[in-house]
Amino acid sequence: MQRFKIAVIGAGPGGLSAAAHAAELGISHVLLEQSSAHANTIQRYQKGKHVMAEPNVLPLRSAFEFDAGTRESVLERWARGIERHQVNVRYGAEVVSLTGARPAFHIGLKDGGSVEAETVIFAIGVQGNPRRLGVAGDDLPCVQYTLDDPDEYRGESIVVVGAGDAAIENALALTRQNQVTIVNRAEEFVRVKDGNLSAVLKAIEERKLECFYRSQATRVAAARDGERPYVFTLNTDKGEAEIPCNRIIARIGAVPPRRFVESCGIEFPSADTSALPALTSQYESNVAGLYIIGALGGYPLIKQAMNQGYEAVEYILGRRIEPADHPLLVKKFAALPYGLSVDRTLEFMQQRIALFADVNGLNFRELLLGSNVLTPDAGAVVFRRNDYTNTFFTILEGSVELEVGEEDKRRLTLESGQFFGEMSLLSGRRRSGTALAGPNCVLIESPRREIMKLISSVPGVRRVIDEYFVIRAIQTGFAPETPSAELRPVAERALLKRYKADAVLFAEGDAADCLHLIRSGSVAVSRNIGGRDVVTSYVAAGNYVGEMGLMGGTRRTATVRATVVTETVSLDAATFSALLARSPKITEQVQATVRRRLAQNTRMTIQPRAGDLISFLMGQGLGEATDVLLIDETLCVGCDNCEKACAETHGGTSRLDRDAGPTFAGVHVPTSCRHCEDPHCMKDCPPDAIRRSPNGEVYIRDNCIGCGNCERNCPYDVIQMESAAAPKPGLWPWLLFGSGPGPGQAPSGAARADSPKRAVKCDMCKDLDGGPACVRACPTGAAIRIGPEQFVELASQR
Amino acid sequence: MLAYAGKRYLWVALGLIAVAALAYGWYRPVEAPNGGTWLGYTLGSVAALLILWLTAYGIRKRSYRSNLGTLRGWLSAHVYLGTALVAIATLHSGFQFGWNVHTLAYALMCLVVVSGCVGVVLYLRYPAAMSANRGDMNRDQLLGEIADIDQKAVRLAAQLPREFADLIASNRDRTVIGGGAFALLAGGDRSRLVLPDSQTPVTNPEQSAILAWLGDQLSRSTDGTRSQYIQDLLALVSLRKALLVRLRRDLKLQAWLEIWLYVHVPLSFALLAALVTHVLVVFLYW
Repeated sequence: MQRFKIAVIGAGPGGLSAAAHAAELGISHVLLEQSSAHANTIQRYQKGKHVMAEPNVLPLRSAFEFDAGTRESVLERWARGIERHQVNVRYGAEVVSLTGARPAFHIGLKDGGSVEAETVIFAIGVQGNPRRLGVAGDDLPCVQYTLDDPDEYRGESIVVVGAGDAAIENALALTRQNQVTIVNRAEEFVRVKDGNLSAVLKAIEERKLECFYRSQATRVAAARDGERPYVFTLNTDKGEAEIPCNRIIARIGAVPPRRFVESCGIEFPSADTSALPALTSQYESNVAGLYIIGALGGYPLIKQAMNQGYEAVEYILGRRIEPADHPLLVKKFAALPYGLSVDRTLEFMQQRIALFADVNGLNFRELLLGSNVLTPDAGAVVFRRNDYTNTFFTILEGSVELEVGEEDKRRLTLESGQFFGEMSLLSGRRRSGTALAGPNCVLIESPRREIMKLISSVPGVRRVIDEYFVIRAIQTGFAPETPSAELRPVAERALLKRYKADAVLFAEGDAADCLHLIRSGSVAVSRNIGGRDVVTSYVAAGNYVGEMGLMGGTRRTATVRATVVTETVSLDAATFSALLARSPKITEQVQATVRRRLAQNTRMTIQPRAGDLISFLMGQGLGEATDVLLIDETLCVGCDNCEKACAETHGGTSRLDRDAGPTFAGVHVPTSCRHCEDPHCMKDCPPDAIRRSPNGEVYIRDNCIGCGNCERNCPYDVIQMESAAAPKPGLWPWLLFGSGPGPGQAPSGAARADSPKRAVKCDMCKDLDGGPACVRACPTGAAIRIGPEQFVELASQR
Repeated sequence: MLAYAGKRYLWVALGLIAVAALAYGWYRPVEAPNGGTWLGYTLGSVAALLILWLTAYGIRKRSYRSNLGTLRGWLSAHVYLGTALVAIATLHSGFQFGWNVHTLAYALMCLVVVSGCVGVVLYLRYPAAMSANRGDMNRDQLLGEIADIDQKAVRLAAQLPREFADLIASNRDRTVIGGGAFALLAGGDRSRLVLPDSQTPVTNPEQSAILAWLGDQLSRSTDGTRSQYIQDLLALVSLRKALLVRLRRDLKLQAWLEIWLYVHVPLSFALLAALVTHVLVVFLYW
């Protein structure tokens, strides 16, 4: 059997680059790819899609060329590269097992063959393989797992299996020209976007789409007769059903590669699905000789993966080259007073900051690449109370003063090695205090995404941050004078609780046994009046609920429900009383809160319609909003000047749709970004292009690669993929000479061909001095932007 | 619009009128009061500048990046100062009117202000009326609801003799929604319907013809099941009627909200032209 020095698994950008470098060095190698072509994920992009080359600052180090360009040009250049370097690639080689360690790996292939290698580079990405139907006949040619172009099929009978957004979108697109059946294992469609849900139910009701609920596939077989070539058999609760069909499209998700990766002996530090395998700074996993590069190792961008492919081969050969990002770190550390090399600086930082002690070298390097090293002057403001930023700070040198409290400000001093900013990081809310730099201060400011990655990968980091969060929450809320150390036992008794949307924290009449500090999400408070629930208030993250029962009596006087996924820190009654006993001033403050809330309850209970309006707004997912555009229909004249203003100030595309969206009691919620506390769009952005600015705007930076993840992840359909519109003549040429299209009119002609589609969304006009153009352009004051804290006020005014 | 910033611009407008009126009352020119005195020139200049500024609202409205106040504030000022313009210009004229270009400019100005006042009334009343009329639905949802009813009616009619299906199809196809400007503003219903056993369409305002025909059929029906189907059909068509009435009213109100601008804006340009002529003529014949 042939034995290779290096076996590369997966012919994506990372794998290709690794194999090509091995080829150009003349090292025996093999590149195993399960599909029939290179770069499978990019092959599946739609025709002509623009592939971007972020991050721009990172130099490319690879035997292959790579520049931003169309899907076709990128694939074509790589195909030529494979030929030129004579890369030994085997297509259709699906790896099913990997055993051994350096220098003897045994790779089992699906077709029964096997490959022996001294070292292995894993470059399989994170997409995983589509979940298969798993029934007899699922290997027939009529079964497919993707749908590239729905208009390719006409007059066919097509069965779509699955009940997620992908299945629904495919099925609906196919109904235009085909007879479509959708097969749902459950009895309804859950966990899908609202738009898809209503569209699919409508299509089913209109009989454009046939739906089988509570049904499972049992087999696929060629038809013996009839006009359709295949028969799809399923098990329904009314017995077996047969659907004659031409084609079956299974959209039942993908099998994440994790289980396979673990079967090769690679360890993950936690069970969290987003955890990354632990790697050395040379990309080697815990299995000696097994290297992991690209998205699987936590590097989702093409250029990063290509660089790592090149570097992994160098490391296998025992050469100690600096990673391609080395110069970036040199620049970043230039301001530091230590004069150490990059590697030594990184080591020093890990020693100094206990929080990062357990983080492995590669992850820490990645964290620093994304972070900023700051050397603020003494007394300089790092962030201000009520800023919306969500970055996380660690103190490398010097000290920082945290100023907390609303009326009577208090200062806490943090020393080097400590961290701050975790409150906003976890809650998505405004900063709860102001941070001021001390003398000779050196700070590391890390973006939210990098820290969240660490929290899910390194259990130690999660534990420490959680603990501090609880201590600081108690400190700011109830015990400002008590030092952190004394609060530790209290924090240990506190419980972190997580609630799904609509889950009840406690119900009216329950025994009052604890207080909840809301850590993220928000809750709605309601009371039962005349047999129906009337919402009386909304409480956002950073506040507490349940104090009334603890202060006054022993029973809950209202029901508290999570409006979105919500996390709370709960303190039992005894702990809470003990905390209050420490400070009469704080007791007074809590009593004042009780009085204020009681007054509000009374006000709202006599206006049940106002409570209904709040329930309606919460039903639109506005409980997780920070700033939402609402339209008062009793003032709106329908001039659409808001949309025009949005388009004119944002490259020709309006980011709001005034007419779309629901209405209740004259309050209209247009389709427009509500700048969620914990933005869904941020969850999976490969270049980390979605950010939150100090004023709270969630915006997309220019390094967007147009992958469309955010568009899919947004439950409110407020992100679109758009090219920049053709330029228009200005106001005066239009007014004086009639050259159009004029201001507010749609741009004529096609979008600029050279402009790739990128994600666009509302940025609340953060770059315009006067604030949101939609609101400023409304002639009647119908368009308003408010935060959920103002919903009660809005509702009681109507 | 009117209540903006504590009616700030109402007070500005009233102040302007008061100053002009006081000056007019105090000043005793040699001849009768007219535009040629120094007060006349002053008031004329103020009025002309006001007109230019009022017209600039159209530019501000389209300057989406502008930082110069909010459009709401501009509209509030536009309304109050536009109304004050009538007083200023009247004092400027010294109540001298005649069949000349000067009075033409004055008349045009009055028309512009009157059309603007109509606009104010419409803006104040109609949005709330439209919101109440639409309930919690928007126009697309109303249309969607009607399309849903049509499909249900087709399915229901399929259970009855052929003529019912034809009738339902004809009712659907010959329903008229919208139309030209006059049709929209009138809000009438020009829908028609071909009744069974007939070739010529009859008028069918607010579904009256189809409801009458179905009612007639129901009264003659002796078959229980058939009667039930016809009754269901009647219920659907009644619901359809209610939705169509709301939709037409919505379109009508929307049309009125927009139509006044088609008077106000062209008249404003005519006024500008007349104003320029008026000023030129005054200086030429000095």
